[in-house]
Amino acid sequence: MKEQFEPNVVAFLCNWCSYAGADLAGTSRVQYQPNVNIIRVMCSGRVNPLFVINALQQGADGVLISGCHPGDCHYIEGNFYARRRFGLMKELLDYVGVDPRRFNMSWVSASEGNKWKDVVEEVVEKAKEAGPFEQFRRNKINW
Amino acid sequence: MNNKPKIGVYVCHCGINIAKTVDVDAVAEFASHLPNVKVSREYSYMCSDPGQLLIKEDIKNEGLNRVVVASCSPRMHELTFRKTLAEAELNPYYLEMANIREQCSWVHEDREKATEKAKKLVAAAVYKARLLEPLQENEVGVEPATLIIGGGIAGIQAALDIANAGFKVYLVEKTPSVGGRMSQLDKTFPTLDCSACILTPKMVDVGSHPNIELLTYSEVEDISGYIGNFDIKVRKKARYVDMDKCTGCGICAEECRLTGRISSEYEVGMGNRAAIYLPFPQAVPAKYTIDPERCLFLTRGKCGKSPKCVDACAPGAIDFEQKDEIVEFKVGAIIVATGFDVFDASRKPEFGYNDYENVITSLELERLVAASGPTEGNIIIGKGRKGEKKKKKDRETFTPKEIAFISCVGSRDETVGNEYCSRVCCMYTAKLAHLLLEKIPDANVRVYYMDVRAFGKGFEEFYDRVRREGVRYIRGNPSEVFKRGDKLVIKAENTLTSTPIEDEVDLVVLAVGLEPRQDAREVIDLLRLSQSGDRFFMEAHPKLAPVDTATDGVFLAGCSQGPKDIPDTVAQAKGAASSALGPLSSGKVMIQAQIAHVDEATCRGCGFCVETCPYTAIELVTVNRVGHMVSVAKVNEALCKGCGACTAACLSGSIQQRSFMDEQILPQIAVLGGM
Repeated sequence: MKEQFEPNVVAFLCNWCSYAGADLAGTSRVQYQPNVNIIRVMCSGRVNPLFVINALQQGADGVLISGCHPGDCHYIEGNFYARRRFGLMKELLDYVGVDPRRFNMSWVSASEGNKWKDVVEEVVEKAKEAGPFEQFRRNKINW
Repeated sequence: MNNKPKIGVYVCHCGINIAKTVDVDAVAEFASHLPNVKVSREYSYMCSDPGQLLIKEDIKNEGLNRVVVASCSPRMHELTFRKTLAEAELNPYYLEMANIREQCSWVHEDREKATEKAKKLVAAAVYKARLLEPLQENEVGVEPATLIIGGGIAGIQAALDIANAGFKVYLVEKTPSVGGRMSQLDKTFPTLDCSACILTPKMVDVGSHPNIELLTYSEVEDISGYIGNFDIKVRKKARYVDMDKCTGCGICAEECRLTGRISSEYEVGMGNRAAIYLPFPQAVPAKYTIDPERCLFLTRGKCGKSPKCVDACAPGAIDFEQKDEIVEFKVGAIIVATGFDVFDASRKPEFGYNDYENVITSLELERLVAASGPTEGNIIIGKGRKGEKKKKKDRETFTPKEIAFISCVGSRDETVGNEYCSRVCCMYTAKLAHLLLEKIPDANVRVYYMDVRAFGKGFEEFYDRVRREGVRYIRGNPSEVFKRGDKLVIKAENTLTSTPIEDEVDLVVLAVGLEPRQDAREVIDLLRLSQSGDRFFMEAHPKLAPVDTATDGVFLAGCSQGPKDIPDTVAQAKGAASSALGPLSSGKVMIQAQIAHVDEATCRGCGFCVETCPYTAIELVTVNRVGHMVSVAKVNEALCKGCGACTAACLSGSIQQRSFMDEQILPQIAVLGGM
């Protein structure tokens, strides 16, 4: 029997809300799937759209960007930039034929450990449905 | 200098916290084969002294120049390990952490999968560590002053502590007087100290302290800057009374055409005031204020032939021409002590607070039992329905004999969105029950409760005392309060005996809980504070940084952070004051090094970053590039907060956030996306 496909999701989390929310999920011992790998950035506004393409090229099956709730950004307006950038990005990816289920944004605050779990479950589920992503894959770059 | 990376990887067991679900030995073994890794070790507690010593010795003996610690969240111990590196004379920014506890071992059960994930996280950290750069922290001076927002007991205590240490304090209070909620209380539990007797001396102290500038009837309009150097803008609202001339004699209020016709905020509807008023007799400053929403002259432009207050005021203090005034100043630290709101009992309509005059809240009862209150401490309750218009002489009043308290109104109640315990209601209920028995010795007082939480010093003893005095405690929260004849009927179930109860009483007191302030949003917007799940302001760490916030130099005190009794509030205020005094007395702070930096050789001066920066920390300057004058971006390092928005916006990758550079993040993506 074929083994069930386990997607690999790269997530960019802002330090102040979502990363802290994911930490809280840990402190509260909330259990979720291990498919999401987190990269910490100071603000969701730091995430360059090229990071998303790059992650997909490197072999990720899904990408998640998570920041503070709109209006709660630690850096005043960084998450608004992220929202604007990745709203466009999502349409662009859709246009070039990337399943929109592979690309996700969420707002998770530092007190929302349980919401983080829900986000992970949703994102992994969607990536599973979308299946393995091969379109963009290029040979491994040697860093 | 030979800067070829020599990396040490340290995998922490954290007792069994990590080791239980992650095969720590396997991770360390795996890491030893990663590029540039010279040493890879596991240890039971990396953050312990021996753990840190291990790192320090390896740096010295093995010549390590990069360190990767795989343990808990960097939000927990990044500073600890940076110090470790610094102690071994390695630049502290040569540290990278892999979070294999909060985001791995604690959230996954499958040992094999968790171990694989931990390996990936460690590999990502190693690949990033190879490209880390040394950074220097910058030192900035600290303005030796503090802004305290809120003049309740928390703000008062913090102000006094800081002022007594010799630093300037600006104490901003929204209402016309300091004192806050504590000034409304009669006695305080469990010692029955008179609230005013212990509070007013402190109020007077703040009013007269040479280091404290009191800005009452004022609101903070704008805050900018950073720790050590905040720029503050405060709006002093027009009082329409000259503070220098007003003697506080009160003749104006007696003469005012609206005397006794405006519901007093201080008396929470149990008493009345005039349009020109002193909130309460011991108010500090003891200066009158005209209510611009009620004063006839200010609302209609006419008050008889001439305003009576103007005629009555001998010193001529009343000034209808007065305008709001903007005050600007600089401070080094900020303490938020904005307090709480009392739960609005009408949100529990089943208890009939809106319908019956003899259903009152605990704060209303507090004013009734207070000797300085509207009834001079006599328990006199109106009869009939609320909202019924009756002439004063026709109003029926009576002294209740059968009295019931309902506890946890608006606390521990998901239906109103408040899951938390308000922490003071059990004890103030016991106190009020005691005071009622003192005033009405033949009264029958009972308390309907869910649980009695008598956790503080002297609380349990006081609760026992009140029960010995004859207050009956009935376990079971009532479902309904309704009227039958002259009496109120409480419908409940005694949950200890499983028997239904219908209890006829004369007075129902709702022990209302504490809520975040309605205007909390304004403070959040000013200071970028976070809220915890209960909507109170969030501290930096629930245990180890209970007065700090995510913003350096901004501290929390009192109920703005969560419900508290007076001793806890005072303790926290003192904590916040001492935290603020740290930077104030050292006179300097280090500002973070992970800020943006421009490569002038490739910057083309498009100015996208200038527009993107939320802090206006970037400007375009002209520089000489091999004989050509060109425009390039320049970062003001004191203003940059290190968010990285500019880095994501830069078309040529010329502006990079240090420690979060593109070339440092891309390898992380490669590892986590690929391997």
